[in-house]
Amino acid sequence: MHDKTIAELAAGLRERTYSSVELTRHFLERIARHNPSLNAFITVAAESALSAAAQADLALAAGTGGPLIGIPIAHKDIFCTQGLRTSCGSRMLDNFIAPYDATVVERLAAAGAVVLGKTNMDEFAMGSSNETSWYGPVKNPWDQTRVPGGSSGGSAAAVAARLCVAATGTDTGGSIRQPAALCGITGIKPTYGRCSRWGMIAFASSLDQAGPMASCAADAALLLQAMAGFDPRDSTSLDTPVPDYVAGLDGDLAGLRIGLPKEYFGAGLDGRVAASIQAAIREYERQGATVVEISLPNSPLSVPVYYVVAPAECSSNLARFDGVRYGHRCENPKDLEDLYKRSRAEGFGAEVQRRIMIGTYVLSAGYYDAYYLKAQKIRHLIADDFRRAFEQVDVIMGPTSPTTAFPIGAKMDDPVAMYLNDIYTIAANLAGLPGMSIPVAPVDGMPVGLQVVGNYFEEGRLLNCAYRLQQQTDWHLGVPVGFD
Amino acid sequence: MQWETVIGLEIHTQLATQSKIFSGSSTRFGAAPNTQACAVDLGLPGVLPVLNREAVRLAVRFGKAIDAELAERSVFARKNYFYPDLPKGYQISQYEFPIVGEGRVEIVLDDGTVHEIGVTRAHLEEDAGKSLHEDYQGSTGIDLNRAGTPLLEIVSEPDMRSAAQAVAYAKKVHQIVRWIGISDGNMQEGSFRVDANVSVRPAGQTTFGTRAEIKNVNSFRFLERAIQFEVERQIDLITAGGKVVQETRLYDPDRDETRTMRVKEEANDYRYFPDPDLLPVQLDAAFIAAAIADLPELPDAMRERFQADYGLADYDANLLTAGRELAAFFEAVAQGSGAPKLAANWIGGELTAALNKSGLEIGASPVTADQLAGLIRRIQDGTISGKIAKQVFEALWNDGGDADQVIAEQGLKQITDSGAIESLIDSIIAANQDQVAQYRAGKEKVFGFFVGQVMKQSQGKANPQQVNDLLKQKLLA
Amino acid sequence: MALDRSDVEKIAHLARLAVAPADCDRYAHDLSNILDLVARMDAVDTTGVEPMAHPLHMTQRLRPDLATEPDQRDRFQAIAPQTDAGLYLVPKVIE
Repeated sequence: MHDKTIAELAAGLRERTYSSVELTRHFLERIARHNPSLNAFITVAAESALSAAAQADLALAAGTGGPLIGIPIAHKDIFCTQGLRTSCGSRMLDNFIAPYDATVVERLAAAGAVVLGKTNMDEFAMGSSNETSWYGPVKNPWDQTRVPGGSSGGSAAAVAARLCVAATGTDTGGSIRQPAALCGITGIKPTYGRCSRWGMIAFASSLDQAGPMASCAADAALLLQAMAGFDPRDSTSLDTPVPDYVAGLDGDLAGLRIGLPKEYFGAGLDGRVAASIQAAIREYERQGATVVEISLPNSPLSVPVYYVVAPAECSSNLARFDGVRYGHRCENPKDLEDLYKRSRAEGFGAEVQRRIMIGTYVLSAGYYDAYYLKAQKIRHLIADDFRRAFEQVDVIMGPTSPTTAFPIGAKMDDPVAMYLNDIYTIAANLAGLPGMSIPVAPVDGMPVGLQVVGNYFEEGRLLNCAYRLQQQTDWHLGVPVGFD
Repeated sequence: MQWETVIGLEIHTQLATQSKIFSGSSTRFGAAPNTQACAVDLGLPGVLPVLNREAVRLAVRFGKAIDAELAERSVFARKNYFYPDLPKGYQISQYEFPIVGEGRVEIVLDDGTVHEIGVTRAHLEEDAGKSLHEDYQGSTGIDLNRAGTPLLEIVSEPDMRSAAQAVAYAKKVHQIVRWIGISDGNMQEGSFRVDANVSVRPAGQTTFGTRAEIKNVNSFRFLERAIQFEVERQIDLITAGGKVVQETRLYDPDRDETRTMRVKEEANDYRYFPDPDLLPVQLDAAFIAAAIADLPELPDAMRERFQADYGLADYDANLLTAGRELAAFFEAVAQGSGAPKLAANWIGGELTAALNKSGLEIGASPVTADQLAGLIRRIQDGTISGKIAKQVFEALWNDGGDADQVIAEQGLKQITDSGAIESLIDSIIAANQDQVAQYRAGKEKVFGFFVGQVMKQSQGKANPQQVNDLLKQKLLA
Repeated sequence: MALDRSDVEKIAHLARLAVAPADCDRYAHDLSNILDLVARMDAVDTTGVEPMAHPLHMTQRLRPDLATEPDQRDRFQAIAPQTDAGLYLVPKVIE
């Protein structure tokens, strides 16, 4: 059952080949078996999952329920789930039982999905390897000595290991796409504002976006269809209609103009990863696409800009964690200052504290213009690079990550080296553009992801590109050894 | 050494909206702690702000009332600092791009001088919660009901040069916000808070001296005293060779002095940056037009109109335009009676005294504008004297009805028949020959005795003017 | 850009983070490295460029002025570290 697509499972459920309760039990057993080594889940909600599955079975019997009815999924532990611990991978929220549901959670529940549990993640979404979590690192199912990527490492590993059918993730600088690439799954970060951020614990507000992580484009499309849409509770939510992502999957790609940024194929990119990417591009050409070399001249600046803007916003977003109304509180605070300083120092890990400090610094008196304002100006230039490129091409392709998954612990001592993992993905967040990672030919048995970036609101086109590739190739069908 | 005082005021006024500026919690005053604090107000993880349309509308009305520029595009910014009554660890405010730009407020002092005080800007922001220190040993209790209430922060130019000017400005702004209905301006409940920035400099110096900020003074009287004390304190300090420290001070009304706040004031680095959860606020012509469409005639314009159209003196015009309801009451009486000056006197005099005695506002006056107009008409047309009118007024106040009814019931009509008055005077003269002789001998004061007698015998109804004239005639004959 | 211990102490205070003296140097080192990365921004001329605060050119939506939120104090305070009589408690604040 765990190697089926949502459409296949939906058919199986409708035809009563199995029930949602059976399906859910199946995944819960897999989680029980594999999670101790993978550590992909922080919280497994067996009881509520089975209860939701039972409800789904009733709906199925009545012939009601949407395309996700009874399908077991997981939520990245950054989404508030009422009544369930929502930890954000942090000791600060280890005791936080969310009193409300995120909009994305509500929408998927309304579509009938069953929630198996909350997946592990880099603490407060800050990381590219899922090694900063209070709950310990997540292992890449393809090689458990290696990282799954981050920050949505738990969701990526869970989907890759087939511990759930699909999962939600969030992407601020590549946190859906990069782990999707390193774990060999399909993940999409939609246009900024496409999915509501209500209930999605904020890291960098102008960059964060929710998105689906699944084993194929069709599944990602089904999830995105349920997740996306206007939410009046989020001022940055887009009030435009959501197209039919599923109907658009099979469109012909003849005439598609693909841009390859010359800046993405230089030094730092593993040659064998480059070869996998080129092979995928050739497949697109076979389907009638044309390739154009483009330039995104300001893209080398995307990492420095990101490491000003994101920490600045997060330093402010995380100020609410002070031990007063919820979350971790230190023992016996001797005064208010002690309450704040110790609760926060105990609650936050080193990477989060580093980013809060950088953010505080770049916003502080005398530095705002040189850092924050400057970064926002370069951000504009980066967005302009894309605008110009999209006058010539329809999509921009390249590698999602410069290398395949690296060993656990390899980059933990050098934050800056870790930051450079996001070199291809960050620019799309800065510009607010949709981006996707699609599995292509692995290198030495380790997954490689092709990144496709589209123009604003073109999630449908990206899903179409992924779908068409997956119809002609089988790179997305691989299952890690021991998880089939 | 001559000293000049420089004062700027920052006024925070709570806007009269039903819900908070960024959430749908009620803003009603007096609820039990934390029963009006929703997820957004508490700063729970994952919550987001959405701007209240009415807060924007009220800010626009204020801007128009002070003749200010309105920003087509304004931006919310985060002011970052840690305090328990600030749940998110930042206050959503406006920094570089406020919604209201430069404006002006005209003040008139008691001595009649007119001054124009500049307003630098006014911006929208959210209020913080409340800290309660009293009930707990070693702890402070936090109530977040107030957190998120919309505030308009009104910043003046440092244009005021005396405590009197500062108070006049504060009162004027207070009048305006109540007049146009954007705030109930209740200083005791904290919906109108005044902070004063005070500095001194040697007369003639153009640069400013170091200023101290006096926070949260909650009455106009205390504001005046606080500023006066602070000015003296600074002058004494500098004269003795000291330096004024830029700091925040509180006014202690019991000891009539300002004091440094006990918490050491570190220079706060607020690290302002545009709030990424909110988008720039766009004001278009249609929104502005709709917001100001029903702005009432403003107090200054009304005051001038009362002086021009009704011939009222400065003092009266000022008094009667203290509030919209009062002004409307006056106009109704003035027009209904056709005697605006009498109307002004009666409202400023008898009516105000009666209202004050009963602790009532004009809106709750038992005597309506109609009733008062009717009464004044009868004074105007000579039916009753001014003195008798007071009796009628009392009857209207206590029992209702209208002037004509009361006059008829109590038989209060003025006696204007000269024949009748003459015979009355004749009989009094006849009965008081001694006093007549005294008067004719030069004792002027005795005249009053005769007037008193006539009034007494006529139950106060004889027309006083005729009584005077006829008495004089007869006594001197 | 090199930060030293005293810079770290100032920043940590603004951010209300207790940094152990033993960790100060390491943070100073890490933060300095990050700022070196960030210094690459200096190479770009941004004269006349508008800062981009939001990816999309939208303006703020206004919501109607309605009190819609019910009293949920019990639910929210069930997850609070310390409350009494409906108030959140913190160590005494001196004003």
